[in-house]
Amino acid sequence: MKEIGELVLPEDVRYAEDHEWAKQNGKTIRIGISDYAQDQLGDIVFVELPQTGDVLAKGEEFGTVESVKAVSELYMPLGGKIAAVNAALEDAPEKVNNAPYTDGWMIEVEAEDPGEFDLLMDKEAYLKMLKGSAP
Amino acid sequence: MNETVGTNGLIFNEPLLWEKGVSGRTGFSMPRRDVDNAPVDENLAGKGPDFPDLSEVDLVRHYVRLSQWNFSVDNGMYPLGSCTMKYNPKTNERQAALPGIAGAHPLLPESLSQGMLQLMHELSDDLCRITGLDAVSLQPAAGAHGELTGMLIIYAYHAAKGEKRSKILIPDTAHGTNPASASLCGFASIPLASNEQGMLDPAAVAELMDEDTAGIMVTNPNTLGLFEENITEVAKIVHDKGGLVYCDGANMNALMGVVNMKDSGVDVLHLNLHKTFSTPHGGGGPGAGPVCVTKALEPFLPVPRVTEENGRYAFSWDHPQSVGKLHAFWGNFGILVRAYSYIRSMGGENLKKASQLAVLNANYIKERLKGTYHLPYDRPCMHECVFTDKHQQAHKVSTLDIAKRLMEYGFHPPTVYFPLVVSGALMIEPTETECKADLDRFIEAMKAIDAEAKENPDLLHDAPKIPKVRRLDEVAAARKPCLRD
Amino acid sequence: MRYLPHTDAEIDEMLQAVGASSLRDLFATIPENCCTLTHLDLPEPLTEWELDRHMGRLAASMAVSPGYKVFLGAGSYEHHIPAAAAYVLSRGEFVTAYTPYQPEVSQGTLQAIYEYQTLVTRLLGMDVANASMYDGASALAEALLMAVRMTRRKRVAVSAAVHPLYRKVVETYFRPTGYEVIELPIAEDGRTDLAGISGANELAAVAVQSPNFFGCVEDLHSAAAKVHQDEKTLFIAGFTEPLAYGLYKSPGSQGADISCGEGQSFGIPRSYGGPGLGMFAAKQECLRQMPGRLVGKTTDREGRRGFVLTLATREQHIRREKATSNICSNQGLCATAAAVYMAALGGTGIRQLARLNYDKSEYLKKSLVEAGVSIPFSAPTFNEFTADFGQGFDTIWKALLEKKIVAGFPLSRYYPEMAGRYLLCATETQSKEDIDALVKEVSA
Repeated sequence: MKEIGELVLPEDVRYAEDHEWAKQNGKTIRIGISDYAQDQLGDIVFVELPQTGDVLAKGEEFGTVESVKAVSELYMPLGGKIAAVNAALEDAPEKVNNAPYTDGWMIEVEAEDPGEFDLLMDKEAYLKMLKGSAP
Repeated sequence: MNETVGTNGLIFNEPLLWEKGVSGRTGFSMPRRDVDNAPVDENLAGKGPDFPDLSEVDLVRHYVRLSQWNFSVDNGMYPLGSCTMKYNPKTNERQAALPGIAGAHPLLPESLSQGMLQLMHELSDDLCRITGLDAVSLQPAAGAHGELTGMLIIYAYHAAKGEKRSKILIPDTAHGTNPASASLCGFASIPLASNEQGMLDPAAVAELMDEDTAGIMVTNPNTLGLFEENITEVAKIVHDKGGLVYCDGANMNALMGVVNMKDSGVDVLHLNLHKTFSTPHGGGGPGAGPVCVTKALEPFLPVPRVTEENGRYAFSWDHPQSVGKLHAFWGNFGILVRAYSYIRSMGGENLKKASQLAVLNANYIKERLKGTYHLPYDRPCMHECVFTDKHQQAHKVSTLDIAKRLMEYGFHPPTVYFPLVVSGALMIEPTETECKADLDRFIEAMKAIDAEAKENPDLLHDAPKIPKVRRLDEVAAARKPCLRD
Repeated sequence: MRYLPHTDAEIDEMLQAVGASSLRDLFATIPENCCTLTHLDLPEPLTEWELDRHMGRLAASMAVSPGYKVFLGAGSYEHHIPAAAAYVLSRGEFVTAYTPYQPEVSQGTLQAIYEYQTLVTRLLGMDVANASMYDGASALAEALLMAVRMTRRKRVAVSAAVHPLYRKVVETYFRPTGYEVIELPIAEDGRTDLAGISGANELAAVAVQSPNFFGCVEDLHSAAAKVHQDEKTLFIAGFTEPLAYGLYKSPGSQGADISCGEGQSFGIPRSYGGPGLGMFAAKQECLRQMPGRLVGKTTDREGRRGFVLTLATREQHIRREKATSNICSNQGLCATAAAVYMAALGGTGIRQLARLNYDKSEYLKKSLVEAGVSIPFSAPTFNEFTADFGQGFDTIWKALLEKKIVAGFPLSRYYPEMAGRYLLCATETQSKEDIDALVKEVSA
């Protein structure tokens, strides 16, 4: 597993406490999981995503990600309507491991309340949280 | 020890069935045709399945070669924690194969199946005496099926009182099946943390137990191999709130003739005949998971039940409060025959002795290995003991590596990474049928592996090299599932 | 006792090593109030030879062939089991191994199950099959629950011609869930009457059995079309006699989404009803929601073919309360038995044997008709069918037991309105003489 210093944490995304990231992408917000999360999970073998059109509140489960021997829930970092899902993950879940912030994105959301985006952590705050939770 | 127990004899490669057939061969002696062909409805008739054609010789060699790639109890010590891999007596197989038993149709009239009804009746009685509980259903086909039956009984008990309770308490040391069984009955699992001794904490139970909680699911001895010393106190707390105590009896092999489950406060208990009562595991089944209950819960047992009157045995179906039926017929009957055969061979004193020796063997391993491997709960254990890889991790060696290297010493690995409350767990259950000399060899192997972890960790990282295959790519198997040819 | 290897000297030595003074002392942590069992009051132990005699006596009371002529099917079938199949199934390496959690030393079990999965998909015409369920009844209950999960609907329909004991098991599984089970009636010809389903909206699944409990082969093709008028509803085709698919079209080829049933016919002794084999297969779309174990193909570190348990994240030990089922085993040895049996028959053999079963039972049917017995259902059958002997046949049926003939299964036991109707089964194990003798007796 990576040391905290080895983690890739881009400046241009916001982070949630459950290790999802969110990024403004035109009219929608794109969501995935952070480098830290994918590293902790190990080799991802399956990603289960919602259907477009589903409306989910902040903190609600939008899917799951599976490694060989574990399954973890994914939570909405902000509420809204699912505008798109990354269908490529169905056949290539390893994209989440290999490119968590680009090819490995998961969903795009039409935010209900843009204010929720602003409440998410920036890189500094997220890094601080990670350091706090590290043993 | 100069030589490891494991070695590689001549292991044959063997293709898949359909890679070896030749169309036109057969492995079956087709019965003589003594009636004419009758016309078949052409709209319904099909081409038949695409099966390979093999000769009897092809078939026998194929499966004998496959069998030789397996480790089994008949090969050697199989100290898989929580699975009670004791020796499976061969006479049990002989009895189950008797033509009067193996050939019996389940819907024979009762007058023509008295012997098997008698067997079921007597086995039920035996299990009552062994557990101290009052009534038994032999129908559940496996431990998890027994758990489901137990949950259904608890659900039905509350429903009969006009209550619908929504929660059930499940300790963090429980078997993974427990929450899944509970949720099939609509109960939400409320996790219950064990205390620093690895035990149920009565105060924690008292805090969570309320009138919306149907009961508690405990495993005793628990998955750390420890007897739940507060069980009677916990049971009282649960009973006082109108709840029931379910006990997962997977670990009953520690307690035969020692503990009366009813007196300890248990209302419902399932047994695993394939663990405690020596029936073979069959590479994953079939097993049997009878459910034992107190008098108060007897009306809720599955139907049919077997009754006896003046030496005549019969099925009785008229139990209006019963949870219903769990199996197409009467359960995994052939497994019941094997367990019955075991209990009759052992008698009461030997069953008790079996439990005592199972506990002795586990404590012996625990004492002799505790200087070498980290023992998270250093207390007298029951039938199994749990170590971790904490000391070996300094050399970047994990539980998985230790397990894989053990294979090369000729032992099946223990249960690994379970229970979840212990990080890097190695759960060792030797059972009573392993002799001292084999335990000593196992202990020496574990010590040798620890030495290797320090001196030559790659020996462990690369293990195993002896078996038919080396470590397998489970990630690729899960990413692109290939489940058939 | 021959299973307990410890000598007294070894026990003493080991007690010393653990610091206990006696075997009893090992249990010192157990509170007094649960230790009330001091003596297990069970019958005295038997020697191996006494056990043989005792079990022999119990077994001798059972009505089995060849002493008895048993024309019973109804979900449990008599078929010849090749000695070679019985032999490989008795290998200790298969019998006494556990679940293949350590794949490097379990490749025998794993490849055997992978081959089983493949043969089952080929037999049933489906995309994926699991490593098996407990029996045909629990397989059906699990299939219906799977349909509920997949469709997020709360109502299923099950034909009244599905094995009555299977329907009881479904009831048991469904009772605490609150989901509804609707029963579909039987039509004149002995098949399921599906007319009612168009009215019943929001069905998660429709389940039929073919051949059904009365022996009638359902028209799966038409039934599938009817069920799929509602795109979301899943069509479940069950069975108790898989050998029928050596003669009849497979459920998958006829449009079933799930096919599940009992595999006892394939090399597993009837053994008073168990252990049997719950076969379970489905279309690819169902994979992630399937209950039970799955074996998958992969490679080892040196690139060699090997097999592992896979997609375990659906299962109870990982997903816990959200698992697809609480099942955590399969009927491993029974699944292996079925694979061995299917392989022994081969493609050519299964067609011949299925045809022979059909012809034997058609011969019995024809002989009964000639003797004046009425056959109430007109739908085609496989190796069992319903005969109407008329009310009052009960006495003759009982008298025939004295003559060591079990003349079928009285349907009135599960269908009170069917007094006088009996389900008769003739497989390859019944000779023409046996069949002629039965016909002579029942028409006397």
